[in-house]
Amino acid sequence: MKLARRDFLKSSAAIAAATAVGVAIPETLKAEAREAEKGWKWDKAVCRFCGTGCGIMIATKDDKILAVKGDPLAPVNRGLNCIKGYFNAKIMYGADRLKKPLLRVDENGNFSKQGKFKTVSWKRAFDEMETRMKATMKELGPTGIGIFSSGQYTIMEGYAAAKLMKAGFRSNNIDPNARHCMASAVAGFIQTFGIDEPAGNYDDMEITDTVVTWGANMAEMHPILWSRITANKLSHPKRTQIVNLTTYTNRTSDLADIEIVFKPNTDLAIWNYIAHEIVYNQPQSIDWEFVKKYTVFATGFVDIGYGMRKPDHPKFTDKEKEIVRNEVAKKLSGDEGESLAYLGYKEGDTLEMTHRDKAANHWIIGYEDFKKALKPYNLDFVANIAKGDSDESIEDFKKKLKSLADLYIEKGRKICSYWTMGFNQHTRGTWVNEQAYMVHLLLGKQSKPGDGAFSLTGQPSACGTAREVGTFAHRLPADLLVANPKHRDFSEKIWKIPPGTLNPKVGSHVMKIHRDLEDGKIKFAWINVCNPYQNSANANHWIKAARTMDNFIVCSDAYPGISAKVSDLILPSSMIYEKWGAYGNAERRTQHWIQQVTPVGDSMPDIWQFTELAKRFKLSEVWGAQKIPGLEGGLPDVLEGAKAMGYSPDDTLFDVLFANEHAKKFAWPDPIGEGRLNTEAAGDKRKVIDGQGKPFKGYGFFLQKYFWEEYREFGLGHAHDLAPFDVYHKCRGLKWPVVDGKETLWRFNSEYDIYAKKANIGPFAFYGKALKNMPQGSLSKPDMSKPKIDLKNKAKIFFRPYMEAPEIPNKEYPFWLCTGRVLEHWHSGTMTMRVPELYRAVPEALCYMHPKDASKQGLVEGDLVWIESRRGKVKAHIETRGRNRVPQGLVYVPWFDEKVFINKLCLDATCPISKETDFKKCAIKITKA
Amino acid sequence: MKPMATRRKVIQRMLEGAVFLGGGGLIWGSAIKANSKSDYVLRPPGALKEKDFLKACIKCGQCIEACPYDTLKLAQPGDGITNGTPYFEPRTIPCYLCTDMPCTDSCPSGALDLKRLSKELEVPNINNSKMGLAVIHQESCVAYWGIQCEACYRACPLIDKAISLKYEENSVTGKHAKLLPVVHSDVCTGCGVCEHVCIVEKAAIFVLPIDKSTGKVGDHYIKSWEKSDEKRIKENIKSADDDKDIESAIDYLNDDDLIDN
Repeated sequence: MKLARRDFLKSSAAIAAATAVGVAIPETLKAEAREAEKGWKWDKAVCRFCGTGCGIMIATKDDKILAVKGDPLAPVNRGLNCIKGYFNAKIMYGADRLKKPLLRVDENGNFSKQGKFKTVSWKRAFDEMETRMKATMKELGPTGIGIFSSGQYTIMEGYAAAKLMKAGFRSNNIDPNARHCMASAVAGFIQTFGIDEPAGNYDDMEITDTVVTWGANMAEMHPILWSRITANKLSHPKRTQIVNLTTYTNRTSDLADIEIVFKPNTDLAIWNYIAHEIVYNQPQSIDWEFVKKYTVFATGFVDIGYGMRKPDHPKFTDKEKEIVRNEVAKKLSGDEGESLAYLGYKEGDTLEMTHRDKAANHWIIGYEDFKKALKPYNLDFVANIAKGDSDESIEDFKKKLKSLADLYIEKGRKICSYWTMGFNQHTRGTWVNEQAYMVHLLLGKQSKPGDGAFSLTGQPSACGTAREVGTFAHRLPADLLVANPKHRDFSEKIWKIPPGTLNPKVGSHVMKIHRDLEDGKIKFAWINVCNPYQNSANANHWIKAARTMDNFIVCSDAYPGISAKVSDLILPSSMIYEKWGAYGNAERRTQHWIQQVTPVGDSMPDIWQFTELAKRFKLSEVWGAQKIPGLEGGLPDVLEGAKAMGYSPDDTLFDVLFANEHAKKFAWPDPIGEGRLNTEAAGDKRKVIDGQGKPFKGYGFFLQKYFWEEYREFGLGHAHDLAPFDVYHKCRGLKWPVVDGKETLWRFNSEYDIYAKKANIGPFAFYGKALKNMPQGSLSKPDMSKPKIDLKNKAKIFFRPYMEAPEIPNKEYPFWLCTGRVLEHWHSGTMTMRVPELYRAVPEALCYMHPKDASKQGLVEGDLVWIESRRGKVKAHIETRGRNRVPQGLVYVPWFDEKVFINKLCLDATCPISKETDFKKCAIKITKA
Repeated sequence: MKPMATRRKVIQRMLEGAVFLGGGGLIWGSAIKANSKSDYVLRPPGALKEKDFLKACIKCGQCIEACPYDTLKLAQPGDGITNGTPYFEPRTIPCYLCTDMPCTDSCPSGALDLKRLSKELEVPNINNSKMGLAVIHQESCVAYWGIQCEACYRACPLIDKAISLKYEENSVTGKHAKLLPVVHSDVCTGCGVCEHVCIVEKAAIFVLPIDKSTGKVGDHYIKSWEKSDEKRIKENIKSADDDKDIESAIDYLNDDDLIDN
C-alpha cells in the first residue's frame, strides 16, 4: 500500500505541475497522508450524480461499501461534496434493488404483454430479446430497433452500446437522455466552433470578475461549483459581480448582485439587447482585431417549426392540435412582428414553416446585415418584451438590463456566462447558445482565463460518454458523424468492420424513438441507464404506445421506476461502483475508477449485457443487405467484405466486435487491476448463471481497457486526444485534449492549447473542423451563386431573432409551467428517493405558485390541486413560500417525483436543430382537487 | 390521512374511557406531576405559556382533530407529558404552518389563542407563532463541515427570514465557500420543518421550547450600535442597602491579612 501511495503522489505531483494552477496542498491531504492503515481500504472514484464531476473516496471492507468521503486530491471539489454526494455510500443498497431478470408472463409462463412480472433466468431473458429482435429486424430492418441510451453510462458502456448498435446491428437508433439535457449546447458548439464542448474550465470561476447565470440555478444544481463562485464573491465582494437571469426567484438569486426575472423565451431578446448596446451605442467595445481575425457573421432560417409532429398525425387529440398547428404555420404576435420585420414580416402575418427540414442550415452574412437585424432590440423594446415579474416596475427592470449590458461591455472586466437547462431545453435552444457566443466573441471575451461562455452539464457523463463517445443517433466517437462518408470509413477501419457496414442515415433521436414506437416504426426498444418514460415530455402518448401496442420494451435498471413498470422485460444492472468505469465532466475532465465491490444479487454490468446479447447474432443475420426507410438501395451486403477480412458468416457479433484478437491482447489480470475485482473479465464469487445457462467465469480479457484504448484511437491527433487507460488510474482526471501527457486548460487559446498553437495564426484559433465551408447570403437566405467560404480556424457570430414559444398561456390555460429539479434528488429519483434521509428531506414534488395567484382561486398553502395542460393532468400540493418564488402567472414543478408525473403535461416541442425538448414552457391551468 | 384520523379517535375514546373507569383523578393527577420530558414539550401554535396552558387546556382533542398533517398528538400515559394535552415531535411530523391556523382556531378553551398569533392589532398570522426555537449543533451539521447541504434552509417555510445562509471561506480547500444555515430567533416559529428534514442521523438542527433554547443578557449593558436596544434599560434600579455595604467595606479594610507571617 505504502509504495503504491508514493507512486501515486509522484504522479499526481506531475499532474499538478502540468495543470500549473499553483495551488497549495490542502490541510486534509496532509491529514490523509498520516492516516494509519485501518480494517478498510480507501480507493478513488467519482460521484454518481451530476456533471460537476466531484471526486470521492470509497471505503470498502468485506466486499461492501462502508463509507465515502470527498477526495481531497480531486481538483473539482477538494474533499467536499454536496448533499447527494454525501449519500453515495447508500445508493446501491436500497431495499428494492432489482436482483434478477423479470419478464411479463401469462399463467403458462409464456411471454405476454398483459402478463405479470415473474423472475426468469438470464438465459431466458436473452432468449426473449433475441427472438423479439430478430422478428422485428426481419419485419422492419435495423431501424425497427432502438436504444434509449444515457449520459450516465460509463464511457466504456456507451462505447460498447454504440459499437454494438452501429457496427453490429447497423442501426443508428441509439440516442441518450442527454438529448433532453445537452443537445442544444452541442449544436451551439458545432455550429459556432465546429467542435463540441466548452473552451474554458472550472478555474474560470475563481479567475473571473463576473458570473452571469442564464437559466441555471447553480446553487441547487451545481452546488460544489456554486460554492467556488461564492468563495470568489467572498474574497472580492465589490469587484466580483453576480447576475442571475431566471424566470423565477431561486436560490442562486441569494448571492446575486442583480436578479433579472424575465418572461419565458425572452432570453433571445435580452442577448440581442446586449448586442444592440454593443453595436449601436458602444461600438468601441467591439474587439475588432479579434472579430476580424477569428470570426465571421452568420445567420439561418427562422421558419423552422418547433420540432413537433405535423398536426394531421392521427394520435393527436383536438386539444393538442390547438398548439401543434403552429408546427406548420404560426400567426405572428406583435413582438414577433417587430423582431422579424427584418425579413419583411409584420404582426398578424402567418409564418409558414417552410424550412422545417433545413433548420440547421446557415450561411455567412456581412457585419452590416448583422447590425441591421439587431436594430429593433433597443432597451425599451426588449424591456417591454422581457419583464417577467408584473410586480416590478419597468424602470427598475430597464436599469437592470442596462447594468447587465455594461458588465459585459466594461473593458478589462472578465466575465463568464453559465447556463444549463434554461437555455438548452428551449425550442430555440441552439439559437440562444449561439447568442451567448455572439456577445462573448464580439467583445473578444472568449477562450481566455476568466472570460468565456460556458455550458454546464447536467449528467455525470453527458460530456464523457454521450457526447465524446457519440451515443447519439447522428454521431460516432470524437465528433464524427454517421452522415459523413469519410467519418464512416475512418470508423469502420478502427472497428475492423467491412466498408459499407455503417448506416449513413441519421437515426431517431429520443423523442423520435418514442414517436416511432407510437407509429409502429420501432418495435423493440432497450432502455439503458435512463428513465425515458418518466423523463420525456407528453408522457401519456409514449406510455400508451409501450403498453398497448405490438412492441417489446426491455429496461436495464438497478431499481424499479416508471420505465421498468412500462417494460416487458427488466434486466438487473450493476451500479457504478460494482464495475470499472469512467465519466467525463463538464470541464472536459475524464475520471476513471475501479470496481469496488461484487454486484448485488444477480445483477450484471451493462457491458456484460451487451456482450452476452452479441453472442446471439451471427454476421450472416445482420450484415446482409438491409432495407432502410428513406435510404435508396438500403444498406449493402457486406458479408463478402467480412470474409475478405477473415471473418466467417457464422462468427457472432461478440467474436467480431468484442472478443476479437485486438481485445484479447488486453490480458486479465493486468498490473493496474492487480488483486482487484473485474466481473466482466474474471467473473466473481457469485458465479451468476449466464446467457448460455452456465456459471459465468469471465471473458478472460480486460474488456474495459480494450474499449478505452480502441475508443482513444478515434480522437488521437484530432483534438480529442485522451491519455492511455493506466494514466487515469494514477491521477484525478485530465481535461482533454491530453497531448504528450499534458491536459488542456483553455481550448482555442494558443497559450494553453497545443492545437491552437499548431494552427500558428496568433493567440487564438477556432480550429474545429465541422461546418467550416459555408455559403454566403443575405439575412433571409443563402445565395448559392456566390462561392462558399472556407472558415478554417474561425468561429461564427450568429444573429438569431426573438421568437415566442409555440404554446403560451391564454384564458383557458393561464399559467406558464416551468419544470426542473431540487438539490436533494437526482433526476427521476430512482436512487435518491431510496435514500431515507433524502426522501425525508424532500418527499414529494410541490407546485410552487405565487400567493396572489393562489388566493385569487381561493387556494391556500398546502392545498391539493390539479395541474392540467392540453396533454394531461396531475395532482400536487401547492407551495406559496419556500425555496422558489415564482412571479404571478408562472408555476414551477420539479420532475423527480413519479407520483407528481409532471411530464404528462409537458409539450414535446423541441429545438428543431438540436431536437432537445423544451421542458420549461407550456401552458397549464390549476384547479382545486 | 383518513386512517390516521380514525386511529386518533380510537385512542382518544380509549383514553376518555380510561379516565372515566379509573376514577380520572388518579390518572390525571399522576400525569400533571412535572417531569423532565414535559419540560421540553412543544405545543401547537398560539399556545399559552406552559403553566397557563396546562390550566386552560380541557383535553378535548379538537386541535388534534383539526390538524391536517397529523402533526399534533395526544399525550398518553407513559409519554411523560400531561395526559390528554396536544403536542408534537418535529422529527416525526413537524408543524407545516397552515396559513388558516385550523388547530388554534378550533380551541374552545383559549389554551390555544389566536390573539397570541397577532402582533398588536393585526389579524392573526401563523408566522407569528412561537412554538419553540430551532438550534443548530454545529459539530453534527454537515453544512458546517463544508458539505453543500442546507436542506433545513431550503425547507424552512420562512426561508431567508427564520433561517438564512452565512457565507464563509472554506480554509480547508482554499477555493470553496461554506454556506452555513443560521437561525434567527426573532422570526423562527419553532415549526420544526428544519429538524424534520435534517439529513444526518440524529437531527443537527432541532427545536426546543423557547425557555430551553434562549439565554438572557443583563440590562446593565446596551448595544451602542442598535438604538432600539435601549428599550432594555430598566429605570427602577434597586438601590443598595447603605449600612450593609458600609459594614462589608469596613470589615474588609480592617482585615489585616497583607503581611506574610
